[in-house]
Order: sequence, then structure tokens, then C-alpha cells
Amino acid sequence: MSVGTPRGLASSGQKPITEIPHPLSAAEESLSPGPDVSISSGGDKDLELTNGTLVENSSPASASSTSTSALLSRLQVEDNFEADAADLYATTETRDLFVTVDDPKKHVSTMETYITYRVSTKTTRIEFDLPEYSVRRRYQDFDWLRVKLEETQPTNLIPPLPEKFVMKGVVDRFSEEFVETRMKALDKFLKRVADHPVLSFNPHLNAFLTAKDLNKRQGLALLTKMGESVKHVAGGYKLRARPPEFNAMGEYLDTFSQKLGTIDRIAQRILREQSEYLTELREYASVYSSWAGSEEELQRPLEGVAGCVTTCCGALEDLSENMSQDFLPVLREYVLYTETMKNVLRKRDQSQAEYEGRLEAAVLRKQEDRTPMPLEVEKCQDKMECFNADLKADWERWQCNKRQDFKQLLIGMADKNINYYEKCQTAWESLVTVLQDKQTEDKTRKRPTRQQISTAELCSCSPVGQIEGGV
Amino acid sequence: MIMADSGSSEEAAVIGNTDITSTESENNIINTMVERGTSLLKKMEISVAEAEKRTGKNTVNMQETYTVYLIEIRQAESATEGGTPAAPDTLWRRYSEFELLRTYLLVTYPYIIIPPLPEKRAEFVWHKLSADNLDPDFVERRRVGLENFLLRVASHPVLSNDNIFFHFLTEEKGWREAVLDTGFQDKVDSRLKSLSAMLRVKSPDRRFTALKQYSDELNAVVSQLLRVRARVADRLYGVYKVHGNYGRVFSEWSAIEKEMGDGLQSAGHHMDTYAASIDDILEEEEHYADQLKEYLFYTDAVRSVCRKHELMQYELEMASQDLAYKKQQKEELVTGTVRIFSLKGMTSKLFGSESQEQRESRLSALEQSIEEGIEAVMEKNTECRDFVRAAWEDIERFKEQKDKDLREALISYAIMQISMCKKGIQVWSNAKECFNKIKLQSLLPNGSDI
Repeated sequence: MSVGTPRGLASSGQKPITEIPHPLSAAEESLSPGPDVSISSGGDKDLELTNGTLVENSSPASASSTSTSALLSRLQVEDNFEADAADLYATTETRDLFVTVDDPKKHVSTMETYITYRVSTKTTRIEFDLPEYSVRRRYQDFDWLRVKLEETQPTNLIPPLPEKFVMKGVVDRFSEEFVETRMKALDKFLKRVADHPVLSFNPHLNAFLTAKDLNKRQGLALLTKMGESVKHVAGGYKLRARPPEFNAMGEYLDTFSQKLGTIDRIAQRILREQSEYLTELREYASVYSSWAGSEEELQRPLEGVAGCVTTCCGALEDLSENMSQDFLPVLREYVLYTETMKNVLRKRDQSQAEYEGRLEAAVLRKQEDRTPMPLEVEKCQDKMECFNADLKADWERWQCNKRQDFKQLLIGMADKNINYYEKCQTAWESLVTVLQDKQTEDKTRKRPTRQQISTAELCSCSPVGQIEGGV
Repeated sequence: MIMADSGSSEEAAVIGNTDITSTESENNIINTMVERGTSLLKKMEISVAEAEKRTGKNTVNMQETYTVYLIEIRQAESATEGGTPAAPDTLWRRYSEFELLRTYLLVTYPYIIIPPLPEKRAEFVWHKLSADNLDPDFVERRRVGLENFLLRVASHPVLSNDNIFFHFLTEEKGWREAVLDTGFQDKVDSRLKSLSAMLRVKSPDRRFTALKQYSDELNAVVSQLLRVRARVADRLYGVYKVHGNYGRVFSEWSAIEKEMGDGLQSAGHHMDTYAASIDDILEEEEHYADQLKEYLFYTDAVRSVCRKHELMQYELEMASQDLAYKKQQKEELVTGTVRIFSLKGMTSKLFGSESQEQRESRLSALEQSIEEGIEAVMEKNTECRDFVRAAWEDIERFKEQKDKDLREALISYAIMQISMCKKGIQVWSNAKECFNKIKLQSLLPNGSDI
């Protein structure tokens, strides 16, 4: 069974492993970085683990970590966000699990051809036998991991994976671009899981990161996944009243994914327009070149213009490539993320509905024959409340990541555009210098003219605002 | 501001200023024409100041709407006097009158490359731009083109001295009659004939052949350039305008965000600005297109000079040929040999030769004819030589002008591109600042920061 911890991670890897207190040890005080379950659970109750698993020590004495101190520590974390702005995935300063996905390689076997990636792990956690691991995994394995996580942590938001199926013939699965894009997305996925205070302790993740050969029961896993979702739906309980905060979440997600879709369409349209523009621009350059062929004095200037236009073509190609490789994938990933989140919301609804249904039934029975509240109803209530708490915690984390990701994404988009214009400007400026130098050469043979004097007067116009602090 | 180190200190302040706008660059061309210092331009400043719509009855008594252009002449001396300068002399002219003037010049100075008029109808338009002749932007560009035409003529060493041209600028009434009085219309027909005739010249002047070829090449390549430029403009318009959609969606998105709302909203405004900026950019580029068009139309003028020369050469060759034939005939008559087949010759062989008197009268008639022929050939020769000399003088002048003007046009185009890049950088930098302002921290429920 999986081990979850509501309390957070052990302190930094500077200490030797033996000195690091166990995450679940009583010694740990309110350093808890993650949002505490204690905030949203029934208030006076002792701390309980979300998954009802056994704990090595008795329930932590630090149930004394009251709502206030927990709130404070939560705020501390949020403050740290700004400090760690550059470190996108830091949830706390005390990270002790680092994962990377890189080094794609193609494997050709008689049955199939596929790509594997190197998954490297560095950790000080005692759940891991070694401090470092390096294994090779393929997309299937990531998918397996995700399914397992969804199964075993139904109340948590599992980050999305890049699209599984690609149409053969339309997309080249082995092209550098595709592999690169996919790898980045897998890396992001794994990092998000590793940074999650609950998911990162999931034993399936452990197996994924460490096992030489994953237990290949993926076919089974798929069925199980389907079974799970059927189970959830077949609960058959109707929801009475959704708490407003969850309503708000649902509405937000609907609008958000709609806007994402619009942005995706706009970006694609821009790419198309840019591509057509590029085509015409290339022909434009070649006409200047061909004109240069029939000229003498004007040959160099015309070649110069052709050269500038060609440079701009190159810069435009870079811009478009970047949009399609870096910008669009992140948008799409968030659409998937949004869908996943909606699913979790639905499951939460189910959990609430089930509880309410059972409660109603029990109340009726109680009225009839005075039996005490059945245990199963209590269990349901617990389940629901834990679910709610987990969801809220994950929601906050997700919102945070979303802000960070989009801020970075949009800044990146602006930067690339600035870059594009800078390249073009440089090219044209050097051409003007060359052309005007030649002019001066010609002019020094003649006396200064009224033309030059009047131009000097016109010189006084101010330059278009130069932006400081560029990239 | 970038100052190119052009090496010449006095002029360095001027050259290398990439902040020159295209209008200023155009002014450079005009000022160059002015400084050429024809006596006409020394006396007066010419401009086409305004355009106005008029309605009136045309020759078939139907109502029509047309545009008239105001020509302003400022006496150069009045500007140097102390006190307020005198009011300019003005008169109104229609486009058709400009056309008449040009036709007159074409006919009267066949060895001169006559400056072209701006296009009558808008061509090579990218589709967002109007192709309507009454569109104010088109009328404005035409006004500029007409002014340019007048300045070109006024700065030409030969054309600027023409009386009819002077009359065109100074007397509104009676000009049409004066032009027609010159009788140039008669020459128009023969000119048209020469332009369309298929002539075979035995020994073409290689310089003219080369010039004609160059002119055709230039015509083809500039036409192509204008076509592609229009397509490029179309596409660029699309790219910019689609970005405007970001404005709307960012605004809608900002409504559901707390921490990101402000940043997104203001960035959206910048995207709107970006999308709107393309209209001015492309409007300015039309000036560049107009400069190219002028030289496109110039190629027609060059071509017609070449054709005129061809015609002259052809006539000269015909006259020489004719003379040679007559001389041949005389020789035969004198020596009695028949080398050239002629009906007279044959009949005299068959029916006996003619009498001595007949022979002598024929001989004297022939000699007369030969005299005339020699004179004709000499005349044509001189005509041709003069034409070639005058034409080549003008062609050299034109080549220099063309190289200078087009170089200037390319510079102004490059400057336009630089300006467009600067604007782009500005807008995206502004947007980036907005994105930078996005707070990563959660706001408390009451909306304030932690």
C-alpha cells in the first residue's frame, strides 16, 4: 500500500541520512511545508493519514500544530515562491528528490521500434536504497506510472502526460522535434510528481525510478483503470449541494480550458499566416537578387536588400519554430491538466454523494430502530472530508504552478518576438550604413548641397523609445 | 540613434541617420532635383498643393466627377525679400491636362526620356488597399506623383526651357488651345505608327539595342517586384491582425484570474496596439512602391526613345538604299548594261532601244533624283547623328538619376523596415513588462497581498 504523508518532506540533504527525522516522526514540528490536512479536517480530531495506512510511530504528538501555526507555515511556503521563482518546481527549500528525463535513444527490435529515455534520480530519502539511480524508460512505462498513481491516489490531481497516440504518416514519431517535445513533457510530468508531497512517496513511483525492469503488467493496468472509473460512476448517488468552493473550481476550469483552446487556435492561425508570409518573403528576396543581375551601380545595394530579406526569413523561421515547439505544447498540456482536474472534481462529487446517500439512509433507520451511526457512514464521511482537503491542497498547488508556467510561457513568447525584431533591425541597419557610406563617397566629390543641410535640420526627431533591460 | 562613421566629418552628422523617415528621404530626391539648378527652378518653386473634387459636364454633355489639382508657383525672389512672402500664383489642372502636356513633350522631344505620370488607375494593390480612383489615399498619392512629374520636367536641362510647359504652369486659360496650335498632333500619328511597326534595321546601333534590352529587363523585374511586394504586404497584414485576437482572449481570461488579471489585461491592450500598427506601416510602404512604379513607367519612355531611333535608322537605311538603287540605274543607263532587271529595260531590248533624246531626258531626271537623294540621305544622316548625340546625353543623365534615386529609395525602404522593427520591439517589450508583473503569490480572499 502506498505511504502518504500529510506532513511534508524531510529536511535538506545536507545532513547524513541517519540524522534526518522520519517524515512521520513525532519530533517534527510545524515545519510542515505543505498545506496541512489538519486545517480542513474535522478540527479537533487527531491527525490521520489520508490513506488510512499504518504509521511507524503512534500518531504524531504534534497534533498540537494548530490551524494557526499550520497556516503560518503555509504562508511561509508561499513567500518562498518568490524567492525560488527561478526554481520552477520547488515546493519547499528542503527538496530531497531530484529527477530528470533526458538522453533519448532509438531501439530497433524485430517486433517494433521505439524510443527510450534516461530517467536519473538523486535522493536522500530512506525509501530509496541508493542515493542515485539511472534507468531507461519508454513512454509506455510513464503511462503505466500515471495509471498506477491514479488508481492508488484517487483523491489527488495527477499531472498529465503528453498525447499518447500520434497519427502515423501525419507526425513523424522519430523526428528530432517530436522526440524533443515529448521528452520535455515527460520531464515536466515526472518533476511534478516528484515535487508532490503525497505522490512522491508512492511506491509505484519508487519502482518506476529504481527498478531495472518494470513489472510489465500494463495491459492489466489499463483494465484496472477502466474498472476504477466504472466503479466510481456506478456509485449511482446523486449530489445534493456542491459546496460553493468546488462549484467555483468547476466554473473556473470550464472557462479556463475554453480560453486555452482559443489561445491555441490563435497561435496556430498565426503560425499559418507566418508560414505564408515566409513563402512570399523568400520570393521577394529572389526578385531583388535577379534585379541585381541586370544592374551595375545598383548591384550591390540590391544584393544587400536581398540579403537582408533573407536574414529576416531565417529569423522568422526561428520564431515560428519556437512557437510550435515550446508554446503550443504547454498550452495543450494545460488543457489535459484541466481535464484531469475536472475528473477529480467529479470523483469528489461522487464521494460526497455517496456519503450523503448513506447518511440519509442511516438516519432513517436510526429513527426507526435507534441503532448507532453505522461505521460505514463514518468511513464515508472521512473519505469525503479527506478528499476535499486533498483536492483543495492540490488545487492551490496547481494554481501556483499554473501562474508560474504561464508567466514563463508568456514572457518567453514576448522574448522570442523581441529577438526576431532585433535580428531584423540589425540586418537592415548594417545595410543602411553600407548604402549611406557609398553615398558619402559619391558626395565628397561634389560640394555640400541644400539637401544635406535640410536633412540635418530634420535630424532632430527623437528616436523611438529604446527599451532598457532587454533579454 | 545610430551614427555611421562615414569618414567625412562635415557630412557625418547627416549621413547615417537612420531616423530619417521615408518622407524625408523623398524630400532628398526632390531637393536633388531642385539643386540641379535649371534656370526655371532658380526662378520659381513649384508644388502641387491640393486636390479637389469637381463635377461638370463632359464632352458628351454628361455629368461626371473628376479631380483637379492645384498647382502653386512661388517666385523664388519673393522668399528672399524681407517681410511676408508674396502669395503664390495658383491654377487648377485636371489629370487629362497633364496627360496632354506629356504627349506634347513626347512628340516634341523624341530623343528625351520624358518623365512619366503617376498611374491613372491603382495597380499592384494589396487587397486591403482600395483600388478606387476616388479614394482619398489614392488621390493624395497621385497629387504627390504629379508634383514629382512637374519637378522632374522643371529640373530637366532641355525640357525646362519649353514654352508650353511654362505656359502650363502659369496660364490656366487658353493653354489647351496653345498646345494644339503647335500642331504636335500631326506628329502623334506617325509616332504611334513607329511604336507599333515591326522594323528590320540592317545595322542596328548596338548601344540602343543593349539599352532596349536593359529597359525590357528592368520593366519585367520591377513589375514582378511590385507584384510580390503586394503579396508580402497582404500576408504581413494577416500576421499582425490575427495577433489582435490575443487582446480579446487575454481580456476574457483576465476576468477569471486574480493574480494574473491585471497583467493579462494590460498585455492584451498591447496586442491590440500591435495589430493596429500595421495599417500605418503599410501605408508608408506605398511611397516606396510609388518610387518603383515611377521607374517602371520610365522604362516605357526609354523604350520609345529606342524605337524612335530605330525608326530613324530605318528611314536612313531606306534612303541610302534608295540612293544606291538610283545610282545603279544611272550607271546602267550610261554604260548600257543591264544589271538590274527592269520592265523598261526588257521592253527596250524587245522592241528596240529608245532614242537618244529619251535616254538623255531619263538620265537628267535620274541625276536630279540622285541629287535629291544625296541631300535626303545627308539630311537623315545629320538628323540621326544629332538624335543619337542628344539622346545619349539624356540617357547618361537618366542612368545617373536612376541609380541615385533608386539607391535613395532602397535606403528609405530599409529605414522603414528599421522603424517597423523598433515599433515591434517596443510593443512586445511593453507586453513583457505586463507579464512580468504577474504575481506568483496567492492573494488572500480579500484580494490583498500576503
